[in-house]
Amino acid sequence: MLEDKVSGTKHTIVALVENRPGVLNRVASLFRRRGFNIDSLAVGGSEQLGFSRMTIVVRGSSARVEQVRKQLDKLINIVKVSDITEEDVVTRELALIKVKASSSTRGEIMQIVDIFRANIIDVATGSVTVEVSGDEDKVNSLLDLLRGFGIKEVSRTGRIALTRGSIS
Amino acid sequence: MKKTGAQILCESLLQEGVEVVFGILGGAVLPIYDTLPQYPQLRHILVRHEQGAAHAADGYARVTHKAGVCMATSGPGATNLVTGIANAYMDSVPLVAITGQVARAFIGKDAFQEVDITGITLPIITHNYLVTSVGDLARTIKEAFHIAQTGRPGPVLIDIPKDVQQEETEFVYPDKVDLPGYKVVSRGHTAQVRKAARLINESERPVVIAGRGVIISEAYEDLRELAEKAQMPVASTLLGISSFPCDHVLYLGMLGMHGTPRANMAVQGADLILAVGMRFDDRATANTDGFAPNARIVHIDIDPAEIGKNVPADVPVVGDILSVLRAINKELEVKDRLAWLSQLDQWGYEHPALRVPDGDGLLPQYVIRQICEATAGDAVVVTGVGQNQMWAAHYYTYSKPNSFVSAGGLGPMGFELPGAMGAKVGAPGETVWCVAGDGGFQMTIQELATLTQERIAVKIAILNNGYLGMVRQWQELFYERRYVHTGLWNPDFVKIAEGYDIPAVRVRRREEVAPAIREAMAYDGPFLLDFMVEPEENVYPIVPPGESLGRFLESPAPAAVQRWA
Repeated sequence: MLEDKVSGTKHTIVALVENRPGVLNRVASLFRRRGFNIDSLAVGGSEQLGFSRMTIVVRGSSARVEQVRKQLDKLINIVKVSDITEEDVVTRELALIKVKASSSTRGEIMQIVDIFRANIIDVATGSVTVEVSGDEDKVNSLLDLLRGFGIKEVSRTGRIALTRGSIS
Repeated sequence: MKKTGAQILCESLLQEGVEVVFGILGGAVLPIYDTLPQYPQLRHILVRHEQGAAHAADGYARVTHKAGVCMATSGPGATNLVTGIANAYMDSVPLVAITGQVARAFIGKDAFQEVDITGITLPIITHNYLVTSVGDLARTIKEAFHIAQTGRPGPVLIDIPKDVQQEETEFVYPDKVDLPGYKVVSRGHTAQVRKAARLINESERPVVIAGRGVIISEAYEDLRELAEKAQMPVASTLLGISSFPCDHVLYLGMLGMHGTPRANMAVQGADLILAVGMRFDDRATANTDGFAPNARIVHIDIDPAEIGKNVPADVPVVGDILSVLRAINKELEVKDRLAWLSQLDQWGYEHPALRVPDGDGLLPQYVIRQICEATAGDAVVVTGVGQNQMWAAHYYTYSKPNSFVSAGGLGPMGFELPGAMGAKVGAPGETVWCVAGDGGFQMTIQELATLTQERIAVKIAILNNGYLGMVRQWQELFYERRYVHTGLWNPDFVKIAEGYDIPAVRVRRREEVAPAIREAMAYDGPFLLDFMVEPEENVYPIVPPGESLGRFLESPAPAAVQRWA
């Protein structure tokens, strides 16, 4: 069980849920109870009024993740849940990164930000705030490059995902 | 005409065919109780502790196949239901729990007797609701009963703030539910059914493991048809007992940690396991690594999440047991399987089990056998948890379907008395025996008052050994007889019963057993028998923890005990 958490592959689970009080709690409670750590969980509106879409990233063997998927499917407020790890998907994550910046480093930071097609959304005397979206590798690479300047704060949304092409 | 939330609740319960509610009142359900007299068709049984209400509703549900209903006030009333809700969840029992909540304006303020019962019950419940507007109440009740009683049954809780109970609206009971996230698969996939049937037809040493799912879907006849047509022997899980006649020639008894040698050896020697409405609980499989090493596994269950949860299935069939068994039966070839059945007979002969040892001592096994004889195997037996449960499982020959009522998955001591109370209310025409341990009995002993007040004629047999017996047995076998805190000082149960106006007899000797049981059965009302049984009698066979099913201890042989210690 423990090895699974550490060494298991990352799975992306997408769920369409009824937008009702307590649904997030039900989902989180189920993960905790079955012994899973959630790497990230993102939730927001979907194409249907009254329904939200959750994207949950979790590590574990396929068998155990499948067990959790089936348990999630039993929650009354979950309409549909899929493990889309093996499917052709687009994934994005948004991160806000506040980097230390002086007049001498600001230019270099802006160059890096340009290369990553990220944006600077706030400039202050001692720092700039960068907005970047992309898959996690891209966000991680940018973070690595900016680390040398000194990172003051980071906020990441976690992965959101959709399968490519026609409706999932 | 407008109705209050409390009236809407009562009307909705009647719409759902509810006849009985087990409960206790308190501040946050006063509006509901104030309304109850307007609905004399709803029988309310006043219990003495909310755990009793939940277990009684559970016992009622198990014998009637309808949702049992229990009711409690907010705060401690609600938390006292928790054990009963968890029990119903583990054993897939349809239960609707109704709790009062503090008025909406007080929620989240740590008000008097406020507790977040929907939060507390989240991991032990099929679904729950906090009703925040009286307009939602009727629909919520409709959904709750639907979820509790369909698919894999389970408990649902409805938390109703006090002011919602008082609020008024037009009452319209919906005729259907709209639950986009709730789906029940009823019929098995045809290709899977064919595969299952083909594996059975091709197998040489098949075994059925029948679980509570057979009882839930009342597929007794279909299971029997399958077993007889294919000449497949049937083992049952603890909760599968009475899904198949115990006196049937193809019945192997219960499998598992305390399984019969024949059942356990059959499973270990099988080339095919047909698991029917069971969930491969660790007490049934013992060590799963060594479970049924030569068998392919066909797993039939209505809950897809049970497939592959504990033991991987070669052929999963998701669907209602009744419809799946019917479909499989159509594809089955008639077989005799003489070699396999005679092998099982041989094992049974080599490992005789479930004999009551001779001698003068008053043995619990003997008591159960005598109850069985006195009732001709026709009673409903409700057990506690522990040794009494295993003896009741093994030594009573259940001839009627669904006549063994026991709390399996959660194992809550104290289920026996309120569980039996609910069973008797649900099946008033049946003789209901409550087989109790002296330890568990004291956990819900207060319900004796309910038996008397409501004249519920449960017959109680306490197997009194002065110990928390099953734990003591483990201390004896696996902790070198260090009996730490398992010895009990007990009150005089006969006097206790008399205090509750229930006649009672203490039994110390074998020859007194049958007359005492006759006296209890002849009496028109609840009756208690306090059987002073051998204190250190053990439940055998036992598969020691960590071992596989085939490695059971059959008797208290000291050498064998040493080996496992």
